[in-house]
Amino acid sequence: MKRARIAWAGAVHDAVENNGELELLTPAYKGRRVGFDEVVWLPPLAPIARPRTVLALGLNYADHAKELAFKAPEEPLAFVKGEASLTGHMAFTVRPDGVQFMHYECELAVVIGQPARRVQRAEALQYVAGYTVANDYAIRDYLENWYRPNLKVKNRDTCTPIGPWLVDATDVPDPMNLALRTTVNGKVTQQGHTKDMIFDVATLIEYFSGFMTLMPGDLILTGTPDGVVDCQPGDVIVTEIDGIGSLTNTITSESHA
Amino acid sequence: MNPNPYFPGGTVYGTLLNFRREHALWAPCMHEAPYKAPPQAPVLYIKTANTFTRNGHAIVLPRGVVEVEVAASLGLVASEGGRVAGAVLFNDVAIPHESYYRPPVKYRCVDGFLGVGDAVRPVKDLGELASLVLELRVDGVMRQRTVLADLVRDAAMLWADVNAFQSMRPGDVLMIGTDCLDDGSRPRAKAGDAVEITAIGFAPLTNHFIEEQA
Repeated sequence: MKRARIAWAGAVHDAVENNGELELLTPAYKGRRVGFDEVVWLPPLAPIARPRTVLALGLNYADHAKELAFKAPEEPLAFVKGEASLTGHMAFTVRPDGVQFMHYECELAVVIGQPARRVQRAEALQYVAGYTVANDYAIRDYLENWYRPNLKVKNRDTCTPIGPWLVDATDVPDPMNLALRTTVNGKVTQQGHTKDMIFDVATLIEYFSGFMTLMPGDLILTGTPDGVVDCQPGDVIVTEIDGIGSLTNTITSESHA
Repeated sequence: MNPNPYFPGGTVYGTLLNFRREHALWAPCMHEAPYKAPPQAPVLYIKTANTFTRNGHAIVLPRGVVEVEVAASLGLVASEGGRVAGAVLFNDVAIPHESYYRPPVKYRCVDGFLGVGDAVRPVKDLGELASLVLELRVDGVMRQRTVLADLVRDAAMLWADVNAFQSMRPGDVLMIGTDCLDDGSRPRAKAGDAVEITAIGFAPLTNHFIEEQA
């Protein structure tokens, strides 16, 4: 099942994909279908009672690590993001005025399904509710070597599009066998494959759950492969992962935000 | 005990190197590798929800961790419209780490590693934050006085500089930093210790530390 969370007709609804349309799950509209173009797409995440933990990985593909001139890390290079940076499919992301290098990062995002504490790698995928696509934008002008990557690079408002779908884990037999790519204005600029992750999804769940309990709705953004390029206002960025979804985002400028 | 204790409803951010003493101690090596330059933007980290521990509850030391850093901080709680609703005491616990180069997830986001004060003191009752002093005691012995007049960025400037790139949403919390001792370290706690953080006008925040059960 592909699940979405949308705003339509004055309210927020849960919906599922059905033959190229969105089928609403809201009791009052149950069974009604609406077109993809008729809705505002929100991050495909149910609200949770506690603040959502959003973990992200740097340098988790060997080629990207090489591109950025680092040796492959010996343990996951993890950082944390705030939920406020998340935005939905078809959203705008703001490029600050005067910066030189802002790039997308197409990432497989893991949504946790049940409390995970000290989970072993072999059992780890049982704790996954589903998968979605995240675009973890970075603005490299702001990189500093203090708790790097620092939050000014990675935790900006509008800079983490996610969606459109939460795909049930049961529909993703092998999350480590997915091709992913990014297009900028229709031209392919990034191609990769989840099999090339340095630390795979199960290893990441084992690592994090070894010291922090992951809860349902928590996110792990698993890093991006080689091939990031600068994005300018007006550029349409599509980050997609086979079988998971195709996430569209448009860059806008700060002065026109 | 407050019958309806505060608990963070949003993302909790911590701030590094925001006290003059620690900033000055680090200044000589700020231009050296791997840092290469002093920090320009506020250096922030996130205390994830798994770290939140209520006042009066135990904080568990994970197996293999004998001692942790304990640190008094004041958190500014966001209300609507990017304003500050009030302030609350925190005990910002960490596994000691020498390097500030990589994000400190495994040192700071350990289960239970943030003691949370019971009550938010409304902004109208706060007065001049710079006159506030946080006191930290371990088993009743004074270990540190944190003087908020010693901030690098004062609360208002820190709030503005952070909100310039990430909006604090209602319920989000920005901790203004933690001071170090004269030698650059922070007070430590081990199993059996009770750590109390107090400040005039705030209910005390107490957490005791225990070993993990086998």
